[in-house]
Amino acid sequence: MNNEAMTSFDFSSLGAILPELFLAVAGLVLLVAGVLRGDKSTNFIGGAVIWCLGIAAFILIGLEWDRVSILNGMFVMDPFAGFMKVLVIGGLIASVALSMQYLHQDYIARFEYPILVLFSGIGMMLMISAHDMLALYVGLELQSLALYVLASIRRDHIKSAESGMKYFVLGAISSGILLFGISLLYGYAGTTNFAILGDTLSHNMSLGVIIGLVFVLAGVAFKISAVPFHMWTPDVYEGAPASVTALFAIVPKVAAMALLIRLLFEPFAALQSEWFQIIWFIALASMVLGAFAGLAQNNIKRLMAYSSIGNMGYALIGVAASGAMGITAVIVYLAIYMAMTAGVFGVILCMRRDGNAVENIDDLAGLSKNAPKLAYILAILMFSMAGIPPLAGFFGKFLIFQSAVESGLYTLAILGIISSVVAAYYYLRIIKVMFFDEPADKFDAEISLSRKLVIGLSVIGVIFFIVNPSPLIDQSRIAASSLFSGLDDVATPDTAENNTQ
Amino acid sequence: MEYLAIFPPLVGFLMAFLFGRQMGDKGAQLITCSGVIIAAFVSCVLFVQVIFGHDGHGDPRTVHLMQWMASGDFKINWALRVDQLAVVMMCVVNIVSSCVHVYSVGYMSHDKCKARFMAYLSLFTFAMLMLVTADNLVQLFFGWEGVGVASYLLIGFWNHKDSANAAAIKAFVVNRVGDFGLALGIFAAFVVFGTVQFDAMFEMAASKADATMTFFGQDFHAITVIALLLFMGAMGKSAQLGLHTWLPDAMEGPTPVSALIHAATMVTAGVFLVARMSPVFEYAPNALLVVTLVGAATAFVAATIGMTQFDIKRVIAYSTMSQLGYMFFALGVSAYGAAIFHLMTHAFFKALLFLGAGSVIHAMSNEQDMRKMGGIWKKIPTTYVLMWIGSLALAGMPFFAGYYSKDIILEAAYADHTWFGELAYYLGIAAAVMTAFYSARLLFMTFHGKPRADKHTMDHVHESPPTMLTPLMILGTGALFAGYLFYDKFVGHHQIWQDSIFVLPENDTVEAAHHVPYWVKKLPIVAGALGLVLGWVFYLKFVGLPSVFTKVFKPLHTLFYNKWYFDEIYNAVFVKPAAAFGRVFWATDRNVVDGLGPDGVAKTSRGFGAMLSKFQTGYVFQYAFVMIIGLIAIISWFFFKLTNGQG
Repeated sequence: MNNEAMTSFDFSSLGAILPELFLAVAGLVLLVAGVLRGDKSTNFIGGAVIWCLGIAAFILIGLEWDRVSILNGMFVMDPFAGFMKVLVIGGLIASVALSMQYLHQDYIARFEYPILVLFSGIGMMLMISAHDMLALYVGLELQSLALYVLASIRRDHIKSAESGMKYFVLGAISSGILLFGISLLYGYAGTTNFAILGDTLSHNMSLGVIIGLVFVLAGVAFKISAVPFHMWTPDVYEGAPASVTALFAIVPKVAAMALLIRLLFEPFAALQSEWFQIIWFIALASMVLGAFAGLAQNNIKRLMAYSSIGNMGYALIGVAASGAMGITAVIVYLAIYMAMTAGVFGVILCMRRDGNAVENIDDLAGLSKNAPKLAYILAILMFSMAGIPPLAGFFGKFLIFQSAVESGLYTLAILGIISSVVAAYYYLRIIKVMFFDEPADKFDAEISLSRKLVIGLSVIGVIFFIVNPSPLIDQSRIAASSLFSGLDDVATPDTAENNTQ
Repeated sequence: MEYLAIFPPLVGFLMAFLFGRQMGDKGAQLITCSGVIIAAFVSCVLFVQVIFGHDGHGDPRTVHLMQWMASGDFKINWALRVDQLAVVMMCVVNIVSSCVHVYSVGYMSHDKCKARFMAYLSLFTFAMLMLVTADNLVQLFFGWEGVGVASYLLIGFWNHKDSANAAAIKAFVVNRVGDFGLALGIFAAFVVFGTVQFDAMFEMAASKADATMTFFGQDFHAITVIALLLFMGAMGKSAQLGLHTWLPDAMEGPTPVSALIHAATMVTAGVFLVARMSPVFEYAPNALLVVTLVGAATAFVAATIGMTQFDIKRVIAYSTMSQLGYMFFALGVSAYGAAIFHLMTHAFFKALLFLGAGSVIHAMSNEQDMRKMGGIWKKIPTTYVLMWIGSLALAGMPFFAGYYSKDIILEAAYADHTWFGELAYYLGIAAAVMTAFYSARLLFMTFHGKPRADKHTMDHVHESPPTMLTPLMILGTGALFAGYLFYDKFVGHHQIWQDSIFVLPENDTVEAAHHVPYWVKKLPIVAGALGLVLGWVFYLKFVGLPSVFTKVFKPLHTLFYNKWYFDEIYNAVFVKPAAAFGRVFWATDRNVVDGLGPDGVAKTSRGFGAMLSKFQTGYVFQYAFVMIIGLIAIISWFFFKLTNGQG
């Protein structure tokens, strides 16, 4: 890095980071406004955050998505980053819209809440665009710190505090692991920039580099809660307030998965035969654990935690399949997963009885009699989660398994299908409880408009995806192939099972 | 034009079934009734066109609707084959169905689910029309199963009654046996002919007359096999002896259903099938022999049972079975025209009798037992007169419809000059005596003598409303004149069938029937008259006589009264062993297959899941430990691989 480059900022190229800048400024302004007006302003700030995210999305869509690298190669913008950021912003809007009513009901209507969501969102967007290990780390920590606070935002509630604490401690360990990996890589390659790192690693591969790779991947795997770095997930999902759990389930994993993909296909592209083994293993372990451990759960939030572990496993199959096709499948899968999860948590947030949140699966008993609309919506979403055609969830899984089979990953594909059969049990069990069990007491009927809107959009998307799937799939394909164009040194991955031998 | 004769009932069904609640009862009744009435009117016009078109030479036509399925050589179309045979059936079906629809408006006036009932009736009508206008065996099978479903739904219409549900299931299951044969027959036809399209099959029939097919290492005459299998289907649907047990029980359905489905139309589908397949049956003399024997036996046995029953609807049901037997032995001796002729006249007078019986039951506050009726003829004179017309037509009294058709059948049987033809003739004569006897018995027990009902019921006896009587009168007109009017056209010297029915020249018994000895022609009338007189003597003149007779001929009476113990034998031979088998397999399935398979796997999975979630202790240090162990494991893996692999 020469001095000239450090000092001469090309301000015109800052356009690529405009959405993040806008959100950062907006977040600070809203923070000041919140401080001045106190917790009364929570609703206003929540609305403002949604608006700001909407504006940021507009700016993002208006940008040129051609690949540019700015800030001395710290920040990169390409169709992949653009599309993933659109997904993330969509997820953030959905989770804020879902949670506003819940905040009041659970006495956590603090003005910081939406602002923290906003900041974690900025962190995620920076992660997606990171093109340097340091930028990556900063983005990751910005998002994580906001999430630690959110997990324990209900300070007077022991479970919430406990889950925030656990998340923080384990997150700190994973950050340590990540940082250690980065420093090892720096030691061997002498750089933290992705492009140079990729170049160096392609002709300098020692055991130390591989260990660095393992550490970095372990740090990121923690964020997507892949086995064996998943242990925090069930406890945090269960302990955190439901609206925070919804946020956890919907958004950060998408960003972390995008980060993982960029890491694997840019700096670590040359190490593909090594990282393939790791991804292969954690994909398999996540699917199996997500499917089987979910069977024994009675708490629906905990169940969703295992469900998300399993789903990340499926997404990782696409990563292991690599190639534009595999990544396309991953992006489609994540988008559909987000939509479904938003709907499911929308329903979970409605599970309140006499003003208190209830979260056991048995509490859903006889929902079809008490609240038929809600029951049918949840049933459709569950069918989709279980991967039953013609709902969207089926196509997500279908693309993933298709890419796996085309890359010759038969073991992963077969075990994936088996575990999705096993997992279907717990999705269908919810339907059984809702429709065939003796009705429990009614839920409180009051549901806010914004939540209805999110649930409605989610269900409509899930049902009608089959009518016109091409926009999503085409966009994902463009995004995915942008990772591979201009990187000629990345051989078209001909991954085969025997790589693991 | 052809569309208008077939599809209005479908429209009526869909509208009444889907929007019955929105339209209300009146709307549903209006739309279904007008649907079939339009269809009836149009099919009458078609009748004239098809039979008298082209200067009296007939103008059969086939309307291609669309391709249904195509798989290699196997191509099937939806088509409306409107030839002479089909158009006769269309007229019968649509006219009787219209009468029954209108009658139902009155008869079901106290029922809650009027729209559903009317919808099912229209569904049945449509399926029956698809059956008769099919131009291939598969479309026919579609219609065949369609009427089966409609029949099931209508028998079990009063689904709050256990007996109705049981009867519906029985009808469905017994028909499955026949349908199994029919399906096999269709397969066999495809194997032999390479097509199931009627025209193509009929052209080839003569050339395949000597073909054989190998089955279990033995050669069978192919056409006979096909004919017998198809006849098995016909036996089930038309309640021939052996597969007849469902028909009497089917009387659990509302009376209009019995009139439409279990007397006039659906049960004659088997007769239609054999007549339609006449070009094939003609080359299978052995199959025709079987058809004759089964038909004659059915006619006789059903008549014996009919004499002893007390439920007014069951008497008519056994009479239906007996008359179907007549039709079948007519088919068996190659008198296809005669069979269809009797089918038509029978449709009129039997629907009349059923609807008349319905009118009686309606008047008697839902009483069906004839022992509790009597002496009501003055109170319901119109019904009384119409019942007489129907009964005399059934008994084959001169100038009523049944006289012409039954006579020609018996004459044709005699004219066949084979041992089974003559056997059928004599069994038919015996059945004719019994038919007249139980008709008289029914009339005298129901309308004459002293009232046996309680006073409250008797005070309540009333004539039915015009919606019920008008259809009765239309059918009565048919029962009076249909025989005389159509004798010449159906079985006389100016037959209308042309190519729709095929008879080998040496088998033309209808022609030969006109040249049988004088006594053969007159014996049926004598038999009928004898039966009526006997009925009068037994049930009006000397009322004590029946009980004396039953005592004297106790074994015989018991046999007849218990319907020749068919139900009991089937129960012991088929139902109970099947149930026992089922229980054995069920136990095996539950204990062995499920235990090792689904249940076992599920149990293991759940155990595994529970074990996995035990790792989730809640202690942060353990979580961190797992993470680090995972990390170390992965690193060790690479360490091991690189040091070994590269070293």
